[in-house]
Amino acid sequence: MDELIIAGRSFRSRLMVGTGKFASNQAMVAAMEGSGCEIVTVALRRVDIDNPADSLLTHIDRDRYLLLPNTSGARNAEEAVRLARLARAAGCEPWVKLEVTPDPYYLLPDPIETLKAAEILVKEGFIVLPYMPADPVLARHMEEVGTATLMPLGAPIGTNRGLRTRDLVSIIIEQANIPVVVDAGLGAPSHAAEAMEMGADAVLVNTALADTLDSGTMSRAFCKGVQAGREAYLAGLGPQRRQAEASSPLTGFLRD
Amino acid sequence: MTIYVNGEQQEYEADFSVQQLLEAVGVNPDRVVVELNRTILSQSDFSATFLKQSDRLELIQFVAGG
Repeated sequence: MDELIIAGRSFRSRLMVGTGKFASNQAMVAAMEGSGCEIVTVALRRVDIDNPADSLLTHIDRDRYLLLPNTSGARNAEEAVRLARLARAAGCEPWVKLEVTPDPYYLLPDPIETLKAAEILVKEGFIVLPYMPADPVLARHMEEVGTATLMPLGAPIGTNRGLRTRDLVSIIIEQANIPVVVDAGLGAPSHAAEAMEMGADAVLVNTALADTLDSGTMSRAFCKGVQAGREAYLAGLGPQRRQAEASSPLTGFLRD
Repeated sequence: MTIYVNGEQQEYEADFSVQQLLEAVGVNPDRVVVELNRTILSQSDFSATFLKQSDRLELIQFVAGG
């Protein structure tokens, strides 16, 4: 059985799903179900006290999905640590998708503050999955402070632009001793397949599943993309060549 | 007394408990995390924690997000 193991816990699915930006809770649930995912991300925000809404958690089956709270909105390590502690106090297991994104325009992760927060949270017993720039040197540092995974970005959050960081993610995968989860920017099942073919251990997708009229069908397509890429990686892709290499015999032609 | 709930200034009678405040604003105590002056409160302390002038209370919940 080809299982994904993060911090000693086994998962059959290599596709994680973000719950943001869906047109309805029904579309969100359809995406979760269609994807076959076992890990879903959520965010923490202030309650709107003038209009306390339905809790998101009434729509998520906690026996089926591991809730992975993110620290989105954090602009520095201190804010991220505060959010992670609040998530744990809310009764979550101590897993956290660490995000520190001070720049609102590209939402790129701050490598220094993310590393600082990771170190603090690991010491406090959190299982830390850091959203990070696709930087192999930073990946080494993350691993050294004890993060459970590496989550390099494919492209900025919500852009659907695919694996723009391909060469650097490939180095991260080559050097990593912990699972590599490509997060952010994957906009099509082929992008997910590409990451998995390269040897990524998993991918995390949100916007591409929400940015469609049919989240259920799109999430099934992503599930297949991830599986196809994984199987191709396990089988081993053939080498690339500059010149043609005939697939049919070069003998017995019908000519003089 | 004046307290700040999620950054907004609010007026409450003296000796209002966190539990009473949640009921007053219509928030289910099972669904929120409460931070009082930057310290996380456990739910079992909501009834016995009384608010004081200038307290800063944060009511936080899970929302959809990537």
